[in-house]
Amino acid sequence: MNYPNELRYTKTHEWVRRDGNVIKVGITEYAQHEITDVVYVELPHVGNSIESGKPVCIVESVKAAFDIYAPMSGVIKAINTALESDPGLINRDPYGSAWLFELSPSNVEEWDSLMTSAQYEQVIKQGV
Amino acid sequence: MNVESHINLEQDSKLLFEKSKPGKSGTPLPKRKFQNRNFGKLIPQSLQRASGARLPQLTESELIRHFINLSRKNFSVDTHFYPLGSCTMKYNPKINEDIAGLEGFSWIHPYQDISEVQGMLRILHELSTALSEITGMAEVSLQPAAGAHGELTGMMITRAYHLSRGDTKRTRVLVPDSSHGTNPASAGQCGFEVVQIPSNARGRVDLIALEAALDDRAACLMLTNPNTLGLFEDDILQICEAVHRKGALLYYDGANLNALVGNLRPGDMGFDIIHLNLHKTFSTPHGCGGPGAGPVGVSKTLIPFLPVPSIVKKDGQYGFDYNRPASIGKVKSFYGNVGVLIRAYVYIRMLGLDGLKRVSHDAVVNANYLRKKLSTIYNVPYNDFCMHEFVISTSNFDSKGLHAGDFGKRLLDYGIHAPTVHFPLIVKEALMIEPTETESKEMLDRFVDVMRQIHREANESPDILKNAPYTTPISRPDEVLAARNPVLSFRDIER
Amino acid sequence: MENFPLTSEDQHQMLAEIGVQHFGEMLKCIPEKLRNPKINLPEALSELDAQKWFCELAGQNITLKQNLSFLGSGCYEHFIPSIVRHVVSRSEFYTAYTPYQPEASQGSLQMLFEYQSLMCELTGLEVSNGSHYDGATALAESLMMALNHTRRNNILIASSVHPEYRLVARTYLQGTHGVLEEVSFSPDFAFDLNDFKKKLSPEIAAVVIQSPNFFGLVEDLTEIEKLVHANGSLLIMMGHPLSFGFFKSPGEWHADIACGEGQPLGIVPGFGGPWLGYLVTTKALMRRIPGRLVGMTKDHEGRRAFCLTLQAREQHIRREKAPSNICSNQALCAMMACVYLATLGESGVKQIAELNLENANYLRDSLGAVPGIEVLTKGTIFNEFVVKFSKPIQKINGELRKRGMIGGLDLERFYPTLKNQTVFCATETKSKAEMDRFVSELKRISQ
Repeated sequence: MNYPNELRYTKTHEWVRRDGNVIKVGITEYAQHEITDVVYVELPHVGNSIESGKPVCIVESVKAAFDIYAPMSGVIKAINTALESDPGLINRDPYGSAWLFELSPSNVEEWDSLMTSAQYEQVIKQGV
Repeated sequence: MNVESHINLEQDSKLLFEKSKPGKSGTPLPKRKFQNRNFGKLIPQSLQRASGARLPQLTESELIRHFINLSRKNFSVDTHFYPLGSCTMKYNPKINEDIAGLEGFSWIHPYQDISEVQGMLRILHELSTALSEITGMAEVSLQPAAGAHGELTGMMITRAYHLSRGDTKRTRVLVPDSSHGTNPASAGQCGFEVVQIPSNARGRVDLIALEAALDDRAACLMLTNPNTLGLFEDDILQICEAVHRKGALLYYDGANLNALVGNLRPGDMGFDIIHLNLHKTFSTPHGCGGPGAGPVGVSKTLIPFLPVPSIVKKDGQYGFDYNRPASIGKVKSFYGNVGVLIRAYVYIRMLGLDGLKRVSHDAVVNANYLRKKLSTIYNVPYNDFCMHEFVISTSNFDSKGLHAGDFGKRLLDYGIHAPTVHFPLIVKEALMIEPTETESKEMLDRFVDVMRQIHREANESPDILKNAPYTTPISRPDEVLAARNPVLSFRDIER
Repeated sequence: MENFPLTSEDQHQMLAEIGVQHFGEMLKCIPEKLRNPKINLPEALSELDAQKWFCELAGQNITLKQNLSFLGSGCYEHFIPSIVRHVVSRSEFYTAYTPYQPEASQGSLQMLFEYQSLMCELTGLEVSNGSHYDGATALAESLMMALNHTRRNNILIASSVHPEYRLVARTYLQGTHGVLEEVSFSPDFAFDLNDFKKKLSPEIAAVVIQSPNFFGLVEDLTEIEKLVHANGSLLIMMGHPLSFGFFKSPGEWHADIACGEGQPLGIVPGFGGPWLGYLVTTKALMRRIPGRLVGMTKDHEGRRAFCLTLQAREQHIRREKAPSNICSNQALCAMMACVYLATLGESGVKQIAELNLENANYLRDSLGAVPGIEVLTKGTIFNEFVVKFSKPIQKINGELRKRGMIGGLDLERFYPTLKNQTVFCATETKSKAEMDRFVSELKRISQ
């Protein structure tokens, strides 16, 4: 499986991309594989404040619904509405067009406590 | 979506709307008698419907053929062995239907004066008394319409009880990890936080973990006994003692009462609140998913909190008691799913105590017989004496790409309904099997033969299972398509 | 005791196979002191005796069929075509479980899909679930939907909504953040717009109104709807489902949720249940619907197929995070409604609605001419209305009973200020002669 180096990761299988002060969040290839065919994504509302470690939105397959947790605290700046009509994007392009939301972080230093690609890969190997 | 045109009538899946033709009607209605008075004209146009409700137009004979052919696409207890674990798919005696359908029960109005419905009230009163006896609870309310509704009622009673004592800290409900999904959902809907208690190596509640979770925030422990592995919680007396010592309540999920009925009572085990599923233990039909009934019984201390009204007998007359100031209130309009309650009472009266004992006795014999025979073919993770059901695991077929559900689907081809699949969650690739007392030894032997055959197929040509079933009106439906593009009515098809 | 297929020979063989001498060996894990409790139950009855005894009890009840009844108030005596009972008596339907195995349940699934389709047409809305326990619990679940959707905490409900529905809604809101406040009605029983405007605030998640309301009045929702939606709240409309055959449907009023009691759709009064809670809503709220939903899809060969869908939020998957704990529905009652509506068809449902409103108007006019009786529901009605007597309703009803008739509900039971007032209901089942007889008896009684 592919875990791009430039991204950071969480134990709950979110990836985080940092571009200056803008943070983009999605779910990892491992997560989309475990979820199987995504049939629906309940996105958060733009403007909502979110807290690191708390559930933000829901990704559903036929047989299960998965909470997506905030990797960092902040305010939702944008959501990926393309997922509303094509939730399968998450299965096809998890790191690219299937990002979930953008946030403006209240504490950029939280970035440093996220896992690197190598660390995340280790977690997956250990079967967490 | 296209409907194929040259198919067997029985397999026809055309909708009523697609068979409709203008100008037909299913029944001749009475003629209008006051047309000359023109009442309709007095009604402002702004309150009237702009155009008629677009309902299908068919004759009675067309309708009957449509619906009867639909019925033939179903598996049911009356046509198939239905070993669906935790659902107790027992036979539904026909007399129950006839009695519930009597005019004296079906054509009475809930707001008639109690003097006009004494026969009805007597049944409800006697049923409530009989259920108290059978469960060992002080009083039973017949109000809840289903098992989940009973659970919700039980959670509300739990809340009301603690609050009545000024104990506002108790915001947590404990459930074993083997519990039915409804338990945490009911607790959650009532505002409780849910704490999951792990099972021990013997498939029972881990007492040490339970003790650790029992603090002054614990409102209640919800327990199914026997649990969803079909195992009796043999530490029940210690569990009960621990729960009560910490000031919490013990809740009994009656889904599996069929294992105990007549021989063992939740009240004697120390449970404070119970719900029953009359559509399981007491033979009322499942009706494709309802209606059922979920009476709730409580210990003496909790009687004041039961929903209103209760049915009482005073001076030789039956009536309602609404005067319960501490009651959680009304949980359903009127008095519960009365038609279901009547059926359950007929069942109890026909069996008597000896009959009820025989029910649980034979249910346990049948389950253990199947468990023993199947354990020589399949993996039974907790292979202990079970009660009315047991769980096998197909996880040893992972390498062949097979899941428990594939075994269930293949059973359909042999004319047997699938067991409950992928539940309980603590067993990987679970098949939960409950034969009930309804089945004969011959049927069980046949089931074992079929399961042996499927086992062989799974080893030799797993694709047979992966693509099963082959003999049903449809093969596996595309559930991803259904969820991604929901088509939920005829309107959506037209769109 | 006959329906136990295991013979003693079978039992013997089976215990041997299990590897035990006695049945009791399998129960060793059960504490001894719990076993064999004393249980007091009446003697078992033979089938013959059971038939006789239960028939006798049934005979002790006074039925709507033998007596001329004008009782409504949430439970209605309507004509039920014979076909309804014949279809639901198919045991392939009534002895089947929830359709978890779609390949073995296409009958139940298609039937529920047809029910959903029919309810959408009748209510003019877009998505129906597979039914709820009853009208009251359908309302309670609708309120949960509204609270979750708007993330607001307050509900306004008209006092003219059926009292039992309001009571159940209150019970359900215990343990949630939801607060229920009532909007009063005017002397002619209409929704009180002034009171409403005072109470409408940005905290209101939904406004619940019933039309025809508990007093029989058909409400004009034009202004209410505008105010509700301008406030960002949801409009929940309840009502007698057959009234939508003639009167504006919830969809035409732009309601967000239609819910209520489906008993009038081919289901017997049965002393209050089992009935049918209907719940129909818009596409926007589709994913908030609790309970079962059937969808259409294709099987592997591309054939039309039906299956339960949008299940990921349900209790068996989401456990404590599920928005509702509901597992079952009232599928068999939904089937009754499905057969009933299909049998009536487009013209039939309109005609039934007209028969109801004509009968009720005729009865209202006739009673209005009787001295000592005052008609209080003066506006547009469907099949019931309020009248006031100069005597307690209990007395009136007692007199009617002596004459083999059943009167209306005493409103004082739920509205302490409404003294000597009752609701009379005249459905299509009443002939002109029966109504005339009722009026002439009341003439005598009311003096």
